[in-house]
Amino acid sequence: MLKMDAIQMQLIREIADLHDVPEGAYNFRANGKAVGRQTTANIDITPKTEGSGIDIRIKDGTKNESVHIPVVLSESGLKETVYNDFYIGEDCDVLIVAGCGIDNCGQQDSEHDGIHRFYVGKNSKVRYVEKHYGSGDGNGKRILNPVTEVYMEEGSSMEMEMAQIKGVDSTERSTIAELKKDAKLVVRERLMTHGSQTAVSTYKVSLNEDGSSADVVSRSVARDTSYQKFDACIIGNAACSGHTECDSIIMDKGRILALPALEANSVDAALVHEAAIGKIAGEQLIKLMTLGLTEAEAEEQIINGFLK
Amino acid sequence: MLELKNVSFDAQSGGEKVEIVRDISLTIPDNRFIVITGPNGGGKSTLAKLIAGIEKNTAGSIVWNGTDITGMSITERAKLGIGFAFQQPVRFKGLTVLDLLRIAAGKPIKIDKACEYLSEVGLCAKDYINREVNASLSGGELKRIEIATVIARDVKLALFDEPEAGIDLWSFNNLIRIFENMQGEDKQRTIVVISHQERILNIADEIIVLADGKVIKQGSREEILPDIIGTKYAAGACYKLTEGEKNNA
Repeated sequence: MLKMDAIQMQLIREIADLHDVPEGAYNFRANGKAVGRQTTANIDITPKTEGSGIDIRIKDGTKNESVHIPVVLSESGLKETVYNDFYIGEDCDVLIVAGCGIDNCGQQDSEHDGIHRFYVGKNSKVRYVEKHYGSGDGNGKRILNPVTEVYMEEGSSMEMEMAQIKGVDSTERSTIAELKKDAKLVVRERLMTHGSQTAVSTYKVSLNEDGSSADVVSRSVARDTSYQKFDACIIGNAACSGHTECDSIIMDKGRILALPALEANSVDAALVHEAAIGKIAGEQLIKLMTLGLTEAEAEEQIINGFLK
Repeated sequence: MLELKNVSFDAQSGGEKVEIVRDISLTIPDNRFIVITGPNGGGKSTLAKLIAGIEKNTAGSIVWNGTDITGMSITERAKLGIGFAFQQPVRFKGLTVLDLLRIAAGKPIKIDKACEYLSEVGLCAKDYINREVNASLSGGELKRIEIATVIARDVKLALFDEPEAGIDLWSFNNLIRIFENMQGEDKQRTIVVISHQERILNIADEIIVLADGKVIKQGSREEILPDIIGTKYAAGACYKLTEGEKNNA
């Protein structure tokens, strides 16, 4: 049984769609302390002996298993940096669900900086889902600065789905990945900022060996006076293929800086980037209004669909 | 019943006033199939948009079933049962065909119901239901989905702006069958179609000919059709070609 209060459980629902403890391995962290942990025959979770965080070790050949490691903060003024290292063996097929929810009703800033490192073994397949969410009406800010590092062995693949839809005042996200032969990385990032929030997302993906590929796509919406910066660089060092795309809707007085970048250090690197920023098209609003929606409802539908 | 009373619409072009719709007064009775035809630039699309509230008339009033809707928004008119199928439908990144049909229906509908609407417009439902309404769809596919969104709504007045354009590979018979199904005896609907196509004119209860922003003819199919067949107001593809040759000569 988890030792969590109603607010913490609400945050867990938002970030991990969980109503109770999940099946498989998990580690729940609330206000800086582990409040529930379960390991399985194939997945071991151990706290780090030095510093804060956990090591997750997944045995070779582990298939159709999952690890949930949600973090919630509901105490105003709490700041923490947590190191989580994932060692995924060879020939695995696993789902990893992370995410952080902050509820800040106080005056002081709350901050969680999660440093996640993934070592993905040969021919393993990983699906990683991470959601960030903030709530609470205090003046204290909700700050999340995640760092993700991915090291992929030959033939491995990783699909990362990262979403931050509401309530995080400031975020600086940094993701680096290094891929070996035939490794494949797919990133789908969804971001919405509102109020005076700022969000910076930086990617540096190195395709180091032949046959490696990366597809990094960000969809974002900037509302009110919020600011976003998307800075994604794919580096092709071998016969590889890379694609990066940033597609944004800008509203109100929002601001967006999109910097998709490519660096080819091999004549056989095939790299493509795309970026588009624009407001919601008037014809889209009109079409949905002819179906009976108000202008505000039409806007919500368009944004929800875009960020789905 | 839809009544247009002295409706005008002026646009501004290069600082000058351009009269697009000029003092039109019309009555469209209930449960009729009306085709509005006439040369390009004659004000047909604008007239349909004025009825749906997409453009606002600069003079006159529009009355729908006794209620003056002149000052009403697009949304309010939609809620009164006025539907509109665009000539060039818009695309939505992220929204799926199912999302759009659910919005159109105005209530949570089951997938099999949504599939019925797609089958109605000749699309294989399982191939389309979860597709995004984005640039991956062809113009013709988009056009059929557009028509499906109007079928999914329980409208009392359906306006179709050149529904046949872009769906050449799909037989006209299907389009005509859609109109017939929509109107079916118990459905009590008025359908207004903007079209040049003789085959659509052929099934009209009533034809309105619009040119230079004015109604120049209005009456039953029997009265109007013989006058306009083979003229620039109603043209088949072959006629257009021969007419084009004459003009070029």
